[in-house]
Amino acid sequence: MARAMVSVPARARRGEIIEVKALISHVMETGHRRRQDGSVIPRDIIRRFVCTYNGTEVFRAELHPAIAANPFIAFSTIALESGTLALHWTGDNGFSVTESAAIVVE
Amino acid sequence: MSRRLSRREVLRAAGAGLASLVVVRPARATPDTMQEAIRQVVGPARITPGRVTLELPPLVENGNVVPLAVSVESPMTEADHVRGIHVFTERNPRPEVLGVRLGPRAGRARVATRVRLANTQSVVAIAELSDGSWWSASADVVVTLAACLEEA
Repeated sequence: MARAMVSVPARARRGEIIEVKALISHVMETGHRRRQDGSVIPRDIIRRFVCTYNGTEVFRAELHPAIAANPFIAFSTIALESGTLALHWTGDNGFSVTESAAIVVE
Repeated sequence: MSRRLSRREVLRAAGAGLASLVVVRPARATPDTMQEAIRQVVGPARITPGRVTLELPPLVENGNVVPLAVSVESPMTEADHVRGIHVFTERNPRPEVLGVRLGPRAGRARVATRVRLANTQSVVAIAELSDGSWWSASADVVVTLAACLEEA
């Protein structure tokens, strides 16, 4: 199973801009490469990444084969309230992984 | 100012030359296909250079993992914020790299990732603001070891 790593500060002040970093293990096979015999290696990528903060979507990304293997995405969000950030990756061949991180907002 | 080239510089230049020679492959994006891909996203709207910062190393040794960040000057308020950020390349097999949706809850309009670059080329980042305007930045990158070309 794919390993996902999420970095979110455990505590933040209300209204503070926090950085979210997400890393997931995935080959991101482009679909442009060929084997020795000339056959094309089929595409196998993560296509979508969504982050929700207590159920509200705050960030979304559409990934293409030009994203490097083991996709890393960093973005920011405002710490509004204590709760959970859920990160969801979906892609080819039914790929679907969700990872969440808790945050305490003071 | 004249200066003799170091051995390292000569090797690097030779490597770059070699990399560009090896690139004989069909289905490569061109600056035209990049413009088409940008139009697919933007539509007929005007794109103005400015407000967008594209952080990309000018010289890349390994095109398989290139750090890239895009930030946009914006107060990120409900009334004035960045709605989307898109990244395109000129000479990868496909021009699209990344498309991002964000809003005032981001606080800051910045996204960072790692991309593949198949060639020495220009990379373009565009941003859509909440008033419907589009802004752009581009950067030129020299790639010595290209991505996507090796056989499995």
